[in-house]
Amino acid sequence: MSLFSIFNVAGSGMAAQSLRLNTVASNLANADSVASTPEAAYRAREPLFAAVQKQLGSGNAAGEGVQVLGVTESQAAIPSRYEPGNPLADADGYVYSSNVNPVDELVNMISASRSYQNNVEVMNSTRQLMQKTLDLGK
Amino acid sequence: MSLTPDNLFGMHTQALDLWQRRSEVLANNLANADTPNYLARDIDFRKILSDAGAGAESQGLPLSTPSPGQIDPLAQSVQQLAYRNPTQPSMDGNTVDEQVEQANFAANGVHYQASLSFITAQIHMLRTAITGGQG
Repeated sequence: MSLFSIFNVAGSGMAAQSLRLNTVASNLANADSVASTPEAAYRAREPLFAAVQKQLGSGNAAGEGVQVLGVTESQAAIPSRYEPGNPLADADGYVYSSNVNPVDELVNMISASRSYQNNVEVMNSTRQLMQKTLDLGK
Repeated sequence: MSLTPDNLFGMHTQALDLWQRRSEVLANNLANADTPNYLARDIDFRKILSDAGAGAESQGLPLSTPSPGQIDPLAQSVQQLAYRNPTQPSMDGNTVDEQVEQANFAANGVHYQASLSFITAQIHMLRTAITGGQG
């Protein structure tokens, strides 16, 4: 019954969006982290989404939801600050902060939570439709 | 008049199946609302239902597909998905418009319930005929 697979599809969407929300939380928490070298500085993380395609001939041609291929790190430049008093400062007195853009992260957070809600709505509607189908003939 | 379930419920069983498939396709669009390069898809309901009706009338023999790898042309025609014309595609190549998909999903659910109530009405009619209106 294909109504059941909608739960899997919407579930995969919810999982993907919650992972996105997780990276946003991590990025915002580390927005002010500093490090002694540019390599060790925190880089903003972002999940990479991809659609799941079904094998040819395995039933419905519609896809099977969304998957997270991995988490990528932002390649934006790492800003450096002159803070000789900081215990993490290097020999020249510089610390390297994260390249997280809080505005980007907040926009991502709103988008992720809206998409999550959409998937929840899909699941609720499907549940109601299944319930009505079970009540058929009453 | 033979009252086999197929004739009794008419096209509504087929319609129910199609609404169900369509809701799966729309749910998939919504799940991939943030996937780069994902193209929103949909089912051309009218075309597929008329194909299904024509197939039932022509009485043609279906192609036998005994081994699992073979492609059933009848099933393929039902599964033909079209790509939606994007109204405002985003820069990452995604053509899912969440409002459009939500609206379609809601309408699809109402259609599904309509087909269900037609079937329920047929069942009630049959029950009335059986019990003589005393049940």
